[in-house]
Amino acid sequence: MSTAAISLPAASSHTFGRTLRIFLNETRFEFLRLLRTRAFSLSVIGFPVVFYIFFGLIMNRGESIHGVLVAKYMLAGYAVFGMVGAALFGIGVGMAAELNAGWLELKRASPMPPLAYLLAKCITAMAFGVVIVSLLTALGVTFGHVSLTLAQYGRMIALAIVGVVPFAAMGMVLALLVPANSAPGIANMLYLPMSFCGGLWIPIMFLPRILQHFAVVLPTYHVAQLMLGSLGFPAAGSTSNHWLGLLGFTLIMLGVAWLGFRRLEQKS
Amino acid sequence: MSAVLEAEAASAGSTASDAPVAALAHITKRYANGVLALDDLSLTLRRGEIVALLGPNGAGKSTAVKLMMGLSSPTAGSVSIFGADPRQTAARLRTGVMLQIGTAPHMLRVREQVQIFRGYYPNPMPYDDIVKAAGLDGIEDRFFVQLSGGQKQRMLFALALAGDPDLLFLDEPTVGLDIEARRAMWAQIRGLAAKGKTVLLTTHYLEEADALAHRIVVLNKGKLVCAGTPAEVKSLGAAATSSQPNALGLKIIRCVTTLGEDHLLAMPGVAEATQNGGLTTITSSQPEATLREMLALDQSLHSLEVQSPALEDAFLALTSN
Repeated sequence: MSTAAISLPAASSHTFGRTLRIFLNETRFEFLRLLRTRAFSLSVIGFPVVFYIFFGLIMNRGESIHGVLVAKYMLAGYAVFGMVGAALFGIGVGMAAELNAGWLELKRASPMPPLAYLLAKCITAMAFGVVIVSLLTALGVTFGHVSLTLAQYGRMIALAIVGVVPFAAMGMVLALLVPANSAPGIANMLYLPMSFCGGLWIPIMFLPRILQHFAVVLPTYHVAQLMLGSLGFPAAGSTSNHWLGLLGFTLIMLGVAWLGFRRLEQKS
Repeated sequence: MSAVLEAEAASAGSTASDAPVAALAHITKRYANGVLALDDLSLTLRRGEIVALLGPNGAGKSTAVKLMMGLSSPTAGSVSIFGADPRQTAARLRTGVMLQIGTAPHMLRVREQVQIFRGYYPNPMPYDDIVKAAGLDGIEDRFFVQLSGGQKQRMLFALALAGDPDLLFLDEPTVGLDIEARRAMWAQIRGLAAKGKTVLLTTHYLEEADALAHRIVVLNKGKLVCAGTPAEVKSLGAAATSSQPNALGLKIIRCVTTLGEDHLLAMPGVAEATQNGGLTTITSSQPEATLREMLALDQSLHSLEVQSPALEDAFLALTSN
């Protein structure tokens, strides 16, 4: 009787409509926040764009290797480079800082559904991925004589969205395991070698044989091959193996993130 | 029949006002690194009351708040908020929290952050009311990174108010505020309690606890030292500070002297004397008499310093022993 009297059952949980609004709001402001954070938006969008202009458009101007237009081939690599950066820095570094500052704790103490926080970060990374892929494509089409069908562009965008997921999970692991002040450094230490060895800068077949074998464990390699496939290039390995590789990597990352989260809970 | 219903409704009403809004029962909290943060603490919060958790840094105040918010789970004992587990959404929808945090997202405006938090609750406090209560007029369009320390603190207070909660946890709410802003926040907190809200605040200022709280709970090293109304706690504190009646005249004397501890303790008014690295620290309730005698007995006495102890320092130092 007394418990019934003191707990107001009127609003004991979120309705579906409000939950959806919370998710949308959280995502909208996460995107806005990162867009306004120049250190993030300029470098995450700027690096792939500048690299693509130099290596894809200027240095290999109009060049083709075995009938493959270099500018189009490199579009795939730099598109993946861009979306991986958005995920690793937006989610990994951002979440590490918010965890360290105690902001995440304040959010957890609020009635915000915890999933809203994670999904907002993930969807924001996807949105940045889409922006980067679109920008690079526009540059390639305008200045690099790259021609691609609407269907190819659509497949690239779809891949930019789905392909963010493994790196979002990796970002979460980074945030949970690495101290906030070293997170940007460690993110770079993972990002740059992973990009090179995954064949994002130099086509995988031009890398030393040992690196080609090693690439199989890298999610960057699998996404890059799928991206090449969506542009109509013959990819190394089979499509289903690339998807399996990404799925496996994602599951491992989620498992490690779960362990990291448990460790954090035990400490608190 | 209707009489029975009325009687039942009346009894339900009276239990509602007496039933605890939040309760910690025999809580022990030991962190994974072995630190014992709370040791068998029991605490009950009732409707419309302001309770201050008072204690020095490391006393376990923040740990108690985190346990009540379900951010941390107790090693032993139980926590309930509105009769439920604090981790349930139902409990969180009725609580507001102000934590000591390093920073909020830099590149969001004050207005945006408040609106985000309002969105978490079904019946949030009207936006304009929050702005007024937290004193955010004129800084609503600033980014968090552009705010001064006091303004940041006021924005965090606004986030705690956003859901128009029945229970507020304020962890060191007035840190970094100037006197004017501090008094304004005190007035707001009093106003909330007058509307039937329950407030638990932590502070290490006895003055703040005294000015605001209906009840003060003094913690030290994770243990409850004493609890009661501010008047009760102050009289307990004064009694513990010294057996002398004028405990408030207590001074701390520091100097380099050849006089031994036993000799000093025998002097008029000396409550405590400790020697540490050549420097002697004496707590005296009759500092003039003590000094007169010390200067007469030790011609070489030098580096003399006399300080008024902060009341809370003296109080805590002596209650902890």
